[in-house]
Amino acid sequence: MSRSVKIFAGSALATALATVPALSEPLGLGRAAMPDEIAAWDRTVMPDGRGLPEGGGNVFDGEDLWVDYCAACHGDFGEGMGNWPVIAGGRNTLTHDSPKKTVGSYWPYLSTVWDYTNRSMPFGAAQTLTSDEVYAIVAYILYSNDLVDDDFELTHENFTEIELPNEAGFYEDDRDDTEVPLFSGDPCMSDCRDPVQVTFRAVLLDVTPDDPAGARARAEMMGETVDHGDHDEEAATPETTREEEVQTASLDPAQVAAGAALFPRQCGTCHQVGDGARNGAGPALNGIIGATAGHADGFRYSPAITGAADDGLVWDADALHAFLEDPRSYLPRNRMSYRGMSNADDRAAIIAYLASYSD
Amino acid sequence: MTDTPHDDTHKEGPSRRAFLRGGALAAAGVGAGVGAARAATPDPLITEVQPWAQFLGDGVDVAPYGMPIRFEGDVIRRNVEWLTADTISSINFTPIHALDGTITPQGCAFERHHSGAIELSKPDYRLMLNGLVDRPLVFSYDDLERFPREQHVYFCECAANGGMEWAGAQLNGAQYTHGMVHNMEYTGVSLRTLLNEAGVKPEGSWVYAEGADAASNGRSIPLDKALDDCLVAFKANGEALRMEHGYPVRLVVPGWEANMWLKWLRRLTVTDGPVHAREETSKYTDLMPDGRARKFTFVMDAKSVITAPSPQVPIRHGAGPLVLSGLAWSGRGRITRVDVSLDGGVSWQTARIAGDAKPMALTRFYLDIDWDGSEMFLQSRCVDETGYVQPTKDALREIRGLNSIYHNNGIQTWWVKPDGEVENVEVG
Ligand code: HEC
Ligand code: HEC
Repeated sequence: MSRSVKIFAGSALATALATVPALSEPLGLGRAAMPDEIAAWDRTVMPDGRGLPEGGGNVFDGEDLWVDYCAACHGDFGEGMGNWPVIAGGRNTLTHDSPKKTVGSYWPYLSTVWDYTNRSMPFGAAQTLTSDEVYAIVAYILYSNDLVDDDFELTHENFTEIELPNEAGFYEDDRDDTEVPLFSGDPCMSDCRDPVQVTFRAVLLDVTPDDPAGARARAEMMGETVDHGDHDEEAATPETTREEEVQTASLDPAQVAAGAALFPRQCGTCHQVGDGARNGAGPALNGIIGATAGHADGFRYSPAITGAADDGLVWDADALHAFLEDPRSYLPRNRMSYRGMSNADDRAAIIAYLASYSD
Repeated sequence: MTDTPHDDTHKEGPSRRAFLRGGALAAAGVGAGVGAARAATPDPLITEVQPWAQFLGDGVDVAPYGMPIRFEGDVIRRNVEWLTADTISSINFTPIHALDGTITPQGCAFERHHSGAIELSKPDYRLMLNGLVDRPLVFSYDDLERFPREQHVYFCECAANGGMEWAGAQLNGAQYTHGMVHNMEYTGVSLRTLLNEAGVKPEGSWVYAEGADAASNGRSIPLDKALDDCLVAFKANGEALRMEHGYPVRLVVPGWEANMWLKWLRRLTVTDGPVHAREETSKYTDLMPDGRARKFTFVMDAKSVITAPSPQVPIRHGAGPLVLSGLAWSGRGRITRVDVSLDGGVSWQTARIAGDAKPMALTRFYLDIDWDGSEMFLQSRCVDETGYVQPTKDALREIRGLNSIYHNNGIQTWWVKPDGEVENVEVG
């Protein structure tokens, strides 16, 4: 494969070393990397399959895993929910007005799919899949792109037999040959073109964000809000409101605060709560305490959740404890890609925090 | 966007002073009338003793680490919500419209993360060098500080800067059209020094770099670039890297697309070929009209933009002396010249480059004009030391079509209207 990158490879090392002031001797800093350390961090997989661990997984298991860990964002068939990336489909669209770039339509190498899933997905819980799980999910991604049959099993042994359809669709940067000559030479200084007319106006599209932060800053400049000397008072205001809510619900403010600290990283990737909370990858969680499962309007719940709702599941503190501890065992085949929260105090804190947003 | 009465009031002081300096100015243009009326009576800001001239200001213990004064509170990064599914794998934009000079303060320099900005402390930091090297090594943060250091100023531009503008003018503000760029002075160790410490084997031809965050965002870098000018940096603009810029250590890949500037750098592996990671196949490849795609389009071509006036910075003072201020940069070397057109590219005049133009760094240019208050179509066009001339957007589209997303370095047009409002437009 290094052959395909001739422009950079080959004698590059020799020439580069000759042109830079060579550091004659190493300084002896750092220490030797141990084999276990290298194995832990170096999980790189090359297009020729080097770096793949032994193992395998089939489409059938991959589908289960996909539904559990990936479908919430990428859709059951890789079609992509909302603005989340599309993984499947899009074949023969690369010359269209709106090309759909997916594993099947665009990606050149299967190694990339394996490597990226293994290293970076699921979003919010990277590096939690076993290598057999990764093989199975990659097999399912191939299947959802119509590249293998439903009885297919992907292993380290047959891995390099799979060629993605668009492997030949890439070539190395040729701007030096195709563009630089056109974009060089003496620039024109006068009478360069006919007088101009407007052909396109950004304002007509109206997609530029409104500017609440800037507007707030300008309002402050004019002294329209609290004087900045009163920093503490200002900061205290939301806290006081929160405390009142807490007292009505007889919650422990410290617990609520602990939950507030945990929520953004643990749940916030997918869930919103509070003023203006909307459905995202997961349903909005306002008023979840005491609500029947599947409570958020307009969210497309899995049959696991809607089924539980039909069976009368209500999210009281006990149910939430059990669900959050191990979402997958509590409600098999639900679509929340979350490993669970083993610490009971943390769960209690999150539940208290959610209770402070009961409506 | 910034057209609020507040701005006018804020500008009162300067426009009044401008009037007092010269009556000629007051005679010209729209804004001057206001100033003239107000200046008919003595300015209370001058005739009355102001509180700040009587009472005491903050002591030296009030702000051990200072923030910009609150009047500058709108000079902030902004994001475009509809661009991405969430704000964690997302991007925001440098307020280039409101900055001048060339150095970007870290606190408002654009961010792009793939799994959020992480907190990684110096004691927890490890950098591994492995692969085709004689001595696979692990460095602590303290080890890195014992290598000989270098300092350089470089721009860092996302390959997708301007990516929303391929199909036509979309976003109304220089911050959004050109703000995925920043420029900092880095201190660090040359990557060459570290590779030398490990000893690159003759088969090595690429270096694969990855970060410590959940995305890891691996990228392959040709070995000759790695040995040429890349830096393993730990300071920016004199202080530690901010968390969002990769604290404690990031990779600096001068002149090349920002995605390669790995943040929270944790590993460098010498390989015998590119890894073809997700960020160099699915993303950061440029789809061409024939359905094939360019890959390894690393270098950022020469580009410039007038940062003010621009849609977020309308002209409020009316006709008369006007400063056009802008930025130019090239991944291929120094900027040698910037031309500015007031008529959408019919005729051009050469702008003044401020300070020394450094290679692969933002360069500030100015053109001082006497605006007659009529409509203008402002454009800037830069030339770098290789002779590359910034092309028009149409010239790029001719070759690349509309779907290549990355590397849009076409000439920007701002339509300045007689009332001083500015719009992002395209002209034909
Ligand atoms: C919480 C939402 C979420 C979940 C769950 C999730 N992903 Fe993703 N996925 C993303 C986001 C966001 C990106 C884009 C990240 C970026 O660009 O930095 C992405 C990108 C991808 C891509 C690359 C897409 C492209 O076009 O480059 C693949 C492949 C992928 N995910 C596979 C998976 C797999 C397999 C799983 C399950 C094991 C999974 N994802 C679970 C949010 C999610
Ligand atoms: C990766 C995304 C993700 C994360 C992280 C996540 N959730 Fe969820 N959550 C979901 C999805 C998707 C659903 C809907 C599941 C379904 O339909 O099967 C859900 C459902 C729920 C429900 C049931 C809602 C209802 O209306 O019945 C609760 C409660 C909940 N999540 C709480 C949490 C809490 C608390 C956390 C953090 C500790 C969390 N989730 C983390 C995605 C996520």
